[in-house]
Amino acid sequence: MIDQKIKNRIEEKIASKDNLLNIYFTAGFPGIEDTRKVITNLVNSGVDMIEIGLPYSDPIADGEVIQKSSTQALRNGMNTSLLFQQLEGVRDEVDVPFIIMGYFNAMLQYGIEEFCQKCNSIGIDGIIMPDLPIETYENEYKTIFEKYQLNFICLITPQTSTERIKKIDSVSSGFIYAVSSASTTGKTDGFGSEQINYFKRIQSMNLKNKCMVGFGIKDQQSFSQVCQYAKGGIIGSAFIKFLEENGVDRTDEFVKNIRFE
Amino acid sequence: MIKDGYYGEFGGAYIPEMLYPPVEELRLNYEKILASKSFQNEFQELLKSYVGRPTPLYFAKNLSKKIGCKIYLKREDLCHTGAHKINNTVGQILIAKHLGKNRIIAETGAGQHGVATATACALMGMECLVYMGEKDIKRQAPNVSRMKMLGAKVVPATSGSKTLKDATNEAIRDWINNPESTHYIIGSVVGPHPYPDLVAQLQSVISKEVKKQLKELEGRDYPDYLVACVGGGSNAAGLYYDYLEDERTKIIAVEAAGKGILTSESAATTQLGNVGIIHGSKTLLMQNKDGQITEPYSISAGLDYPGIGPMHAHLFTSQRAEFISIDDHEAMQAGLALSKTEGIIPAIETSHAFAIFKHKDFQPEDVLVFNLSGRGDKDLATYIDYFKLEE
Ligand SMILES: Cc1ncc(COP(=O)(O)O)c(C=O)c1O
Repeated sequence: MIDQKIKNRIEEKIASKDNLLNIYFTAGFPGIEDTRKVITNLVNSGVDMIEIGLPYSDPIADGEVIQKSSTQALRNGMNTSLLFQQLEGVRDEVDVPFIIMGYFNAMLQYGIEEFCQKCNSIGIDGIIMPDLPIETYENEYKTIFEKYQLNFICLITPQTSTERIKKIDSVSSGFIYAVSSASTTGKTDGFGSEQINYFKRIQSMNLKNKCMVGFGIKDQQSFSQVCQYAKGGIIGSAFIKFLEENGVDRTDEFVKNIRFE
Repeated sequence: MIKDGYYGEFGGAYIPEMLYPPVEELRLNYEKILASKSFQNEFQELLKSYVGRPTPLYFAKNLSKKIGCKIYLKREDLCHTGAHKINNTVGQILIAKHLGKNRIIAETGAGQHGVATATACALMGMECLVYMGEKDIKRQAPNVSRMKMLGAKVVPATSGSKTLKDATNEAIRDWINNPESTHYIIGSVVGPHPYPDLVAQLQSVISKEVKKQLKELEGRDYPDYLVACVGGGSNAAGLYYDYLEDERTKIIAVEAAGKGILTSESAATTQLGNVGIIHGSKTLLMQNKDGQITEPYSISAGLDYPGIGPMHAHLFTSQRAEFISIDDHEAMQAGLALSKTEGIIPAIETSHAFAIFKHKDFQPEDVLVFNLSGRGDKDLATYIDYFKLEE
């Protein structure tokens, strides 16, 4: 059964406000039972979107912090079916857009259609699979994603050509995930003129999708900086580090320290 | 055999967007560079005067007699640095030069590819970083020292299982962080397209030489069987390359069974794996039902990889090649036997190939060509330990 949801939560959120704060966390981290707690706390802290990381053994696009959290989550016993189980009923409680971020092999082993169907029934709004290239997505999987009303959100980097950005914009949906610099997650340190120029370049392209910037945002300064040029920012490694140091109950503090309005 | 980056259903480039620019740059240029006169002149000259090619095709009289068929050994162990790996690194470093790169990264398991990369970098005066699993750094200590002497920086991979697959992840991450300055020299026929094809083409010098040499020695340019060990599959791809379409020649690929395919400690991918994505390639790999990649095991660090290259996955599913898995014990015994029968101490990777005789019968007139992919110096400590040779 397909949940014929009338609204697209990501589109609605993007249309409704600016300075969107999107936070990534790894499911099953720090404890296996923390997935729902983290979600509830993030929602209560007022974040605008949540990226739920499905941990993977070989996360090549991620840096040390997220990889370590993934390894721990897997040791804790996290897996695809368990994550879906944990998310069951989440839509009775919260309405923020959910995006699943994972690696393509996990989806492939679960079954692409089954995975999409499950996401739809739970109320997931979008999927980020950094290692599923846009061409393969378009040729083989786009119709399935669309059938289950899932946004396929793609990454671009400062090295992505204008032509390719346009292609990605036309094929993907939800928003465009602009990686702040050539890096894995958790690597960069503040934004320089080169990056600002890149943000401006994307801004001036008048893309169909709005842009959110990720990688390297870790505090109020970096968040407010990207919000000048994009719809919002995505924080991953900095939040995982915070969870590592402070546990799941002080999410509020983390979010307060990021917000600038 | 390859079409649009795929061997049958295997291959492709499942890479994050951050890797698209450097991989695409390589894809758009590699065939042009490989076909260019300037590349070929330099490559052939280096293969000859630096690597020491052609390597002999040696008729193993004693072993042939013992087994009861005609066995030839393609002596890649006599290449500079002691294994076939250098055919690839010398080729790729020239490609890196053509692409204007000044920094080289590589992953290594046994350390053979790391040494071969460090060697090529020393020759060309390029900066060299080799990622190596923390566990492998310990069990392949002599090769770590060699890399350091050659001026390379050896970076321990401390994530995951701390072996070859994790070293590969780390190298990929490095490339994501340095896409413009850096060329990644992958050590086997694995990774995203075009790597499997590029590495196979560079290693294909092995089968080209076999063709010529066999014609002189046997009066015909094809053997009945080709035999090679498969880690990622580069020495095997090099040996098979010019015979892939020649049905007169049967292909045997030898995988590491570790402590046995019924134990959880094995690296026999075709026996234990199924289709999935590893290091940017759709191929056969060892994984659990959730798609988490399994930690493989083999006594030989060079075969301790949870996948095989997409070409080999295709050779397996299309049944063009027969895959045989050999456990630690069989491999070690075969290594000792070859040492005593022919006076050649093989790398433990290579030893696996020489253990097939208990699994397969041959006729007296059968002509077999084995890829003797590397020499055993790097493995002496393991051999000594295993056979208690010090007593
Ligand atoms: C001597 C030797 N043979 C074989 C291998 C396995 O690699 P491949 O399957 O790519 O030839 C290695 C890898 O390190 C090696 O050192």
